[in-house]
Amino acid sequence: MNALHERLVAQLGEAAMQLEDLRPADVPLLLVPREQFNEAARTMKYQEARLVAEWASDETLLAGGYGIYACFSKGSDFLVVKCVAPEDDPAFPTITRKYAAAYRFERQMHSLMGVTPLGSPDLRPWIKFEDWPEDAWPLRKTFDSRTRMPRVPGDYRWIRAEGEGVYEIPVGPVHAGIIEPGHFRFQAMGEEILNLEERLGYVHKGIEKRFEALSWEDGARLAGRVSGDTTVAHSCCYCQAVESMAECTPPERALWLRAIMLERERIANHLGDIGAICNDVAFAFLFFQCNILKEQIVRTNFQLFQQRFLKDKIVPGGVTVDLSDEGIDCMLRELEEFSKKFEQLIVIYDNNASLEDRVRETGIFSMEKAKDLGTVGIVARASGLDLDIRLQRPAAPYDIIVPRVSVQQAGDVNARVWVRIDEIRESVRLLREMLYNLPTGEICAEFIPPLSQASGLAFVEGWRGEIMYWVQAGKAGEVNRCMVRDPSSLNWLGLEQSIHGNIVPDFPVCNKSFNQSYSGNDL
Amino acid sequence: MTAYSIGSEILQILLLLFAAPAFTGWVRTVKCRMQGRTYAGICQPYRNIRKLFAKEVILAENASWIFRSTPYIVFGVTVLIGGIIPFISVDLPFAATADVIALVMLFAIIRFFTALAGMDIGTAFGGMGSSREMTISSLAEPAMLMAVFTVSLAANSTSLTHMVDVIGHGEFILRPSLAFAVLAFIMVHLTETGRVPVDNPATHLELTMIHEAMILEYSGRHLALIEWAGMMKLFLFSVLGISIFCPWGIAASGDPAGLFLSLLLLVLKLAVLGVVVVLIETGLAKMRLFRLTEFLGTAFLLATLGMLSFFILE
Repeated sequence: MNALHERLVAQLGEAAMQLEDLRPADVPLLLVPREQFNEAARTMKYQEARLVAEWASDETLLAGGYGIYACFSKGSDFLVVKCVAPEDDPAFPTITRKYAAAYRFERQMHSLMGVTPLGSPDLRPWIKFEDWPEDAWPLRKTFDSRTRMPRVPGDYRWIRAEGEGVYEIPVGPVHAGIIEPGHFRFQAMGEEILNLEERLGYVHKGIEKRFEALSWEDGARLAGRVSGDTTVAHSCCYCQAVESMAECTPPERALWLRAIMLERERIANHLGDIGAICNDVAFAFLFFQCNILKEQIVRTNFQLFQQRFLKDKIVPGGVTVDLSDEGIDCMLRELEEFSKKFEQLIVIYDNNASLEDRVRETGIFSMEKAKDLGTVGIVARASGLDLDIRLQRPAAPYDIIVPRVSVQQAGDVNARVWVRIDEIRESVRLLREMLYNLPTGEICAEFIPPLSQASGLAFVEGWRGEIMYWVQAGKAGEVNRCMVRDPSSLNWLGLEQSIHGNIVPDFPVCNKSFNQSYSGNDL
Repeated sequence: MTAYSIGSEILQILLLLFAAPAFTGWVRTVKCRMQGRTYAGICQPYRNIRKLFAKEVILAENASWIFRSTPYIVFGVTVLIGGIIPFISVDLPFAATADVIALVMLFAIIRFFTALAGMDIGTAFGGMGSSREMTISSLAEPAMLMAVFTVSLAANSTSLTHMVDVIGHGEFILRPSLAFAVLAFIMVHLTETGRVPVDNPATHLELTMIHEAMILEYSGRHLALIEWAGMMKLFLFSVLGISIFCPWGIAASGDPAGLFLSLLLLVLKLAVLGVVVVLIETGLAKMRLFRLTEFLGTAFLLATLGMLSFFILE
């Protein structure tokens, strides 16, 4: 029994009932009466736990009603609280007033599942657009995914700022660069930004719904496509969730190979980000140099794993590709070469005063805000929060080869760059250790589909931060619901908060320093 | 007016029209080399212009005559400036019509119409670009005027041809005032031609743009003219700097044989200047927008110091 669990039981007494369906078993699942759902959230808030995710599941084909879930965490303790909203009254008390980050989760649940958070201050649609009928709830079981939606006139109430000299700049969803679509609306006064409101959902593809129509094995392929740049971490997280449900343990070597792929993905993406941040302040030299290094990493990926981005290499039960002894040597040589070049670039980054002038004290995201919004990953670590799921829930091989987490206090663009730089260095070290000590043996175990009505939870530290999957099996052992929470769902909120008081032309570099996924958020 | 003077006038304008894209191409080529990339060669700007001329013009529904005529005005005025600045020969019949103050005003006309066109469509980016451009110009113009005034003090005239003639063909004197003026001019040059660290000509980020933001809505031949005029502006500012501060070798009046040498030297000087611009661009990140006031304030201060040192030392 962990501290959060204990506290909640002490607070709610008999009303909190522990359920046994959730795997892994060290994360307790507590069923609370619907009326006490926000009471539970309040208890968690007093414990200074963060909200990891909130989601709904259509359980009409299982026990009945809609399951409303919220996952909280403090340090290494995790806890899932559940309440049930009956079919004839699909509503639950909001927890937005306790946890600000819940407002987007709840808007999404309201839009897509049709469960109403009672007392929520904001019920505008999220992800679903206003030109869809209000009673079209795609995540419900009664909704056929082949339905062609009629278009209805609708209106989205933007947050307004008024006054002498205040004007509005709408940006997107289509941008001039080759990036994903998202709409940003600025209220500005001269060049100073008063407020920024994000509107996302333009790359909504119905991925969560699609999981329900796929087999357990195919789900790993779909998870690998949730966000193209995080394909390894997402498929790894999905596989961990279904493996814990099925009580299937992949061979040791497979776990290590997964970690190797994860670290390589981290290096490649961090490199791209560092370059892109420099490019946004017109320091193109580092942009091209970082991209050259990134290209070399993905080319080695192709040479050793036959796939530049390591897509579809992780399957339930293990991995599909092995690393030969020559492959290990090749990768070690590559890392040697890479480190040298990378350090040279970092010297340039560190010594250029004009660059420093742009990235320092730009887009400051304070530690209090980072904590309040429950942000994770690089964004949280650059704001002084020591969060890394590789340490909080160490899985092989991170239990033996322990990462050193880089935490910066400044919370500005520069801090987010330095967290990335340190993580690249750390990943190189981890990769070396893993390659030297790679265990021998099989790379894939037989995967037996999980039992009906079981559910599994998994966390993986992707390069953006903590990814979470919650998978629930249906009556016939099919996928009943697969909830994906990319770090972007939380960190996008951080961008809005970090931009206040900055000037309009500094937004792109702030945005790039967050570099959150649109696809992973919109699903 | 002799055949020589008319000939050099025509030569200047032809050079401006057809060598300006090559200069831009040169700057881009050097820049790519500095960043460790390959480039399509110095002819790529010509291909871009040809491509844009072949494309159709898409006009916003609420575009007024200002928006439609701006490309022609901008292009026309730029070519006109090419007839005023002596960069091949000081024997220009046209130059008598405008002195250096008029020259600065001609550049202001270009800016005025570009800024109006930026606001004409009514998009947020256009207005934003125009407002930034006008802010910057209000700081850059005085600095530019002060810099050229310092030179005109040395030459006792505001006529460009006379100034160039005095410095290029007169007695060689080390002038500390010009050292200040040239620094100020380089800073204004980077500002007016929209280079890093002031503006980024290669960016796709609408929110950071200054010059590009104003012309975002242009397409087809309109864009071709504006882009071409932009390349000519870079060329003009470069040759203006060369003519004022390093005019040695420029053809004197009544010296047709000097034209060839003058041309050769100009190409050399431009090539070197291109490398200098690239070195600045590669070594610096773009300034934060509000740093520009300090940057241009420094330019103004340097130019003023140049002027003072003229009175004190010369």
